[in-house]
Amino acid sequence: MLKVNDINVFYGNIQALKGVSLEVKEGEIVTLIGANGAGKSTLLKTLSGLLKPKTGTIEYMGKVVSGKVPQAIVKAGISHVPEGRRVFSNMSVEENLELGAFTRKNSREIREDLAKVYELFPRLLERRKQLSGTLSGGEQQMLAMGRAIMAKPKLLLLDEPSMGLAPLMVKQIFNIIEQINKAGTTVLLVEQNANMALSVADRAYVIETGRIGLNGTAAELQASEDIKKAYLGGA
Amino acid sequence: MEWLQQLINGISLGSIYALIALGYTMVYGIIKLINFAHGDVFMVGAFVGFYAIKGWGLGFFPALILSMAFCAVFGVLIERIAYKRLRNATRIAALITAIGMSLFIEYGTIYVRGAQPEAYPAGVLPSSSINLFGAHINSQALLILLVSVVLMIILQFIVQRTKMGKAMRAVSHDMEAARLMGINVDQTISFTFAIGSALAGAAGVIFGIYYTKIDPLMGVIPGLKAFVAAVLGGIGSIPGAMVGGIILGVVESIVSAMGFSLWRDAAAFLILILILIFKPSGIFGKNTREKV
Ligand SMILES: Nc1ncnc2c1ncn2[C@@H]1O[C@H](COP(=O)(O)OP(=O)(O)OP(=O)(O)O)[C@@H](O)[C@H]1O
Ligand SMILES: [Mg+2]
Repeated sequence: MLKVNDINVFYGNIQALKGVSLEVKEGEIVTLIGANGAGKSTLLKTLSGLLKPKTGTIEYMGKVVSGKVPQAIVKAGISHVPEGRRVFSNMSVEENLELGAFTRKNSREIREDLAKVYELFPRLLERRKQLSGTLSGGEQQMLAMGRAIMAKPKLLLLDEPSMGLAPLMVKQIFNIIEQINKAGTTVLLVEQNANMALSVADRAYVIETGRIGLNGTAAELQASEDIKKAYLGGA
Repeated sequence: MEWLQQLINGISLGSIYALIALGYTMVYGIIKLINFAHGDVFMVGAFVGFYAIKGWGLGFFPALILSMAFCAVFGVLIERIAYKRLRNATRIAALITAIGMSLFIEYGTIYVRGAQPEAYPAGVLPSSSINLFGAHINSQALLILLVSVVLMIILQFIVQRTKMGKAMRAVSHDMEAARLMGINVDQTISFTFAIGSALAGAAGVIFGIYYTKIDPLMGVIPGLKAFVAAVLGGIGSIPGAMVGGIILGVVESIVSAMGFSLWRDAAAFLILILILIFKPSGIFGKNTREKV
């Protein structure tokens, strides 16, 4: 479904991604783990069109999408839940969700999807009129995810959804990620919480200072001594 | 009942400031630029209205709408030609460009039509004295106030209820997140310039009718005062611009009514200095950003 071929991405003169290639197949949850500053967010931003690769291509459903504007990429079915949620805190929960459906026209379908999002996140329904800046961190994460779903994506990009959340909330969020995936959405999940990520993912890539290192099935990586040492908190 | 009269005059004047201040504040809200050419869009609006009324014999409302449409296009052109390419430049570079654009419009207008002032034709709007609780109020002042209020209500509707208005709010809050929603940021910024400039154009026509004399440099002082109004209300805040404009207009009328009319302009700038010292974020401004 998604094929990243040898992309190089720069911020000015600084190279953040060095020859990155990876693949996500339809129906999978693929996770990308790596330390701070490894280039995880940069990769997601490149996939959603916020950044352009200097060389290399990104193919999505058989078409090259690298170089397209975010608007076109959202329309094609890729939604990005950014690091730190980035909800529109000056707007209500429901307005945020409506903005998620910005590129869509059919208002009846949008209303149906809104109901589905509220079903998935009952918390948001209770708080639909509340300013989203007043939500708790976990609720904001739910809102950011709900907002992305409102675009009706085929591929969902999640950037550190567990960041700053208590263990119970992390569990809940990961449960929902699995639910979303079961309902037919492919997921590319960026995480520092490698334990949790590997427990829900089918396959995983490790990124280190802009390069893809190890990759394999989640089970393989969970068993790997190197991964245990570096990302799973010892043996 | 003298004070009521002054109050109404002040509110009418203030509503003109408010209409201009809205453009400053919306543009600032979305691209963090103080658009110093905005007062000159107001001037251009006044001239378009003048030629429409005097040259083509249009009535008040057609001239108002024509001026608003012209200024909307004009504002978008300014943004596309001068500001768009500076979006990632330093704030100071953008500010200097805005000042350059302002001078260009002022002296471009003088080049095209000369520097001589014009007098707005009388009788475009009925001018009679209405007796309200013993105060003599000019019907023009009331009508102008009414038009301004209607325009601000329409603006609120656009910003709060329409899809484009929601996009504007999203872009001004977080441009990158707005892009991720599939919002076309360039188009949204152009739309903001169009709306802000249309309001300035309306203010120009209203000003011309109320104060009769217009000239190519007429935008400078009202432009600066509207800027003060925007800062007073909290730059970036739409209700702030409305309230700031009205407050400034009322303060000026009070200062005049007390017999210090020569100090009117000074009062506006004294207000600016006081806000910048005591509450730089303005009445409706946020002190902190809630962004993570
Ligand atoms: N806007 C920017 N300008 C310049 N350099 C940047 C910019 N954003 C990121 N970088 C650099 O690119 C590299 C990768 O950053 P990125 O944000 O992709 O890391 P990350 O893996 O998401 O880290 P984290 O886990 O902390 O979110 C870092 O060295 C970072 O300093
Ligand atoms: Mg990151």
